[in-house]
Amino acid sequence: MANAHPIAHDDHHDQPAPGIGRWLFATNHKDIGTMYLVFSLIMFFVGGAMAMVIRAELFQPGLQLVDPVLFNQMTTNHALVMIFGAVMPAFVGLANWMVPLQIGAPDMALPRMNNFSFWLLPFAFTILLSTFFVPGGAIAGGWTMYPPLVLQSGDAFPMLIFAVHLMGISSIMGAINVIVTIMNMRTPGMTLLKMPIFCWAWLITAYLLIAVMPVLAGAVTMLLMDHFFKTSFFNAAGGGDPLMFEHVFWFFGHPEVYIMILPAFGIVSEIIPTFSRKPLFGATSMIYATASIGFLSFIVWGHHMFADGMPMAAQLFFMMSTMLIAVPTGVKVFNWTATMWRGSLSFEPPMLFAIGFLFMFTIGGFSGVMLAIVPADFQYQNSYFVVAHFHYVLVPGAVFAIMGAVYYWIPKWTGNMYNVTLAKTHFWLSTIFVNVLFFPQHFLGLAGMPRRVPDYAVQFSDWNMVSSIGGFGFGLVQILFAVAVIQCIRGGKKASAEVWDGARPVGLEWSIPSPAPYHSFTTPPELHPAEVHRS
Amino acid sequence: MNVKRFGEMVGRFARSASVAAGLVCAVLGRAGTAVAGDRSPNTSNGYNLPMGVTDISHEIYDLHMLVFWICVGIAVVVFGAMIFSLLKFRKSQGAVADTSMVHSTKVEIVWTTIPVIILVFMAVPAAETILKMEDTRNSELSIRVTGYQWKWQYQYMNDAEGINYFSTLAQDSNFARQLHSGIDPKSVPNYLLSVDKPMVVPSGTKVRLLLTSMDVIHAWWIPDFGAKRDAIPGFINELWFKVTPGKEGIYRGQCAALCGRDHGFMPIVVDVRTPDDFKKWVEEQKAALNPAVVPAAAPAAPAVAPEPVKTARLN
Repeated sequence: MANAHPIAHDDHHDQPAPGIGRWLFATNHKDIGTMYLVFSLIMFFVGGAMAMVIRAELFQPGLQLVDPVLFNQMTTNHALVMIFGAVMPAFVGLANWMVPLQIGAPDMALPRMNNFSFWLLPFAFTILLSTFFVPGGAIAGGWTMYPPLVLQSGDAFPMLIFAVHLMGISSIMGAINVIVTIMNMRTPGMTLLKMPIFCWAWLITAYLLIAVMPVLAGAVTMLLMDHFFKTSFFNAAGGGDPLMFEHVFWFFGHPEVYIMILPAFGIVSEIIPTFSRKPLFGATSMIYATASIGFLSFIVWGHHMFADGMPMAAQLFFMMSTMLIAVPTGVKVFNWTATMWRGSLSFEPPMLFAIGFLFMFTIGGFSGVMLAIVPADFQYQNSYFVVAHFHYVLVPGAVFAIMGAVYYWIPKWTGNMYNVTLAKTHFWLSTIFVNVLFFPQHFLGLAGMPRRVPDYAVQFSDWNMVSSIGGFGFGLVQILFAVAVIQCIRGGKKASAEVWDGARPVGLEWSIPSPAPYHSFTTPPELHPAEVHRS
Repeated sequence: MNVKRFGEMVGRFARSASVAAGLVCAVLGRAGTAVAGDRSPNTSNGYNLPMGVTDISHEIYDLHMLVFWICVGIAVVVFGAMIFSLLKFRKSQGAVADTSMVHSTKVEIVWTTIPVIILVFMAVPAAETILKMEDTRNSELSIRVTGYQWKWQYQYMNDAEGINYFSTLAQDSNFARQLHSGIDPKSVPNYLLSVDKPMVVPSGTKVRLLLTSMDVIHAWWIPDFGAKRDAIPGFINELWFKVTPGKEGIYRGQCAALCGRDHGFMPIVVDVRTPDDFKKWVEEQKAALNPAVVPAAAPAAPAVAPEPVKTARLN
């Protein structure tokens, strides 16, 4: 198999263009994937630096470092940068790299749109981050952009709206590309149910993106109209309704949460079988579970708004629909566990991250079930308990899955094996510090500390100090990740085509040499039964 | 596994967990901390929800603990299975993968059905509590609560009609919380949780709050009452609480919705008094509103008198 797809040398398109042009005018899915991933890593450190400011100010009670306005700018922009700049582009980058390789396609279906959707992002984030230097300062009203508060922003306001529009357009184009590629370019014989689970997770994610990003665009456009064109969509004095923004926003916002976790499910479903040397347990039910989560994500948005004053019937409906999500999510966790059961486990870095995901995402899932219980939610809502919950699903959840994916596939991308000891050190230190960072926040929230505050009552001092120490540790340890990745790009032990020789990697991506040639699968590969995830 | 053994196991786990938590707290509650022993501004022990002082807050606490222990039970089983796999099925110990184990409809139906049943067990008591929380009928005292950037306004209705004042962060906290103030927050009593003039309410009385806002969205939250609701401009939200008689005292909370620069500095303090003391407080307030009226006297000249004092309903 290794020589089935040789690099052709007779056409200048088969080699990367020289110089910066290779990146500016990139249409190759691997180049664009790389750019997405590098961009995401940079944004991860930018957003992380903001988190360090937050944790430094919260290290002890009293205001020592920053003004409350700057603190609010930090929380707001930390969220925007991490969600739209780090997690989502990382998943799109992984889709760019891996979807064509997994389905045996030569490239994404729409390469020029692919280029455009990437290059919007640096502009969007330049605009967003430059708001720190405009009159009135950066957006400080929270990433949720609730009116009327967000309308009190200065010149940053229209820049925020424009940046959000750019990010939305970029996401929609990325999603269209994934759908068109998966629907049209699978190698002959690969029916949808034989498609790798990562592609499945991304297909469902792409539909969620197309469904909700326009809703966000609509919401922020209405904000823009209220601010500049004297409309009153959300202005009570003009007959509008500030609560309507929250409904529209969370109709986007909740599926958005799953946009950030479904691809992670896909990644973990690839890694665990490989290092368990066993097929994914209940692969078909995994697909149905992912699809059910995608569907349910559209009918649970109200659980973000229980304390807003909601009719009792709506409270009951949103409580029950939210609890239902636990069922398909549980199926996934059980299936991953069953995949490891009676397997033959080894603990390479990707597997460590997948196992870390499994445990800590489940902890976030438990606090999610607790949050669904409406009466208790009145106590949890907008407290640090919520902060702990969503960071558990996003950091040791989504971010660990992304790092696991990088450690899993980077030898295929670069042709080199990274420093495994360094990667394992990165994993263990990250796992320790992420728990020191976020676990005490459960206690803080339950004891009554609200979120988004720059200062707190002295009774909350101890856990905040513990959490900050965890935060600094976690932040520093991520430098190891950057080092491991950079080293791996520059050189290292050569990886074989299968990369994980002793394990059981399944899928077309392992049938091409490492590093993956610049153009792969120029003719559709044959699908061997051994390359299919399920029997 | 029989239920009794499972119960014992959970109990043992709980004991060792609380010992561990106690140890952590002992280490953290080191000497020199001005608040040693006092780890929460409310009835919470510093790492769990407060029991609170209303029936609703008790019900919330019980629901919270019920769901928590169910989660712990599931965690013991699921994490147990994961840890068992991680220890038992290691390649380094010669484990051979059973590649035939790919699917089992029976097992999958079981682990879809059991969670649904467990969820129903959580949803039923939760729904019962929601019904109680939403029942704002038959309140005995209503207070209109208006959020401002960054203070609260309390306008009393019913028998306390006419009492109307603002409640802002106490001066000593306000000095200490300035950037580079040089004042140790630990030297300030109830740092960030005290106000110049708290809300005063009677115990054993169903108090209804009518919440709104004059600018952005705020949220009124007293953890000990199990009471939180947003104050939204253009809307009036309702919220009620009834503090158990005998639990009179000062209860503290904070604004729970990001409302701008000083969101962290608009605390909520409620002074719960016995109905008799509350009645006295109402008289005093009214006297202060109109010095011409002698406390407890009959309404004075109608031209300047506030609403007649109706004390009959305030038992």
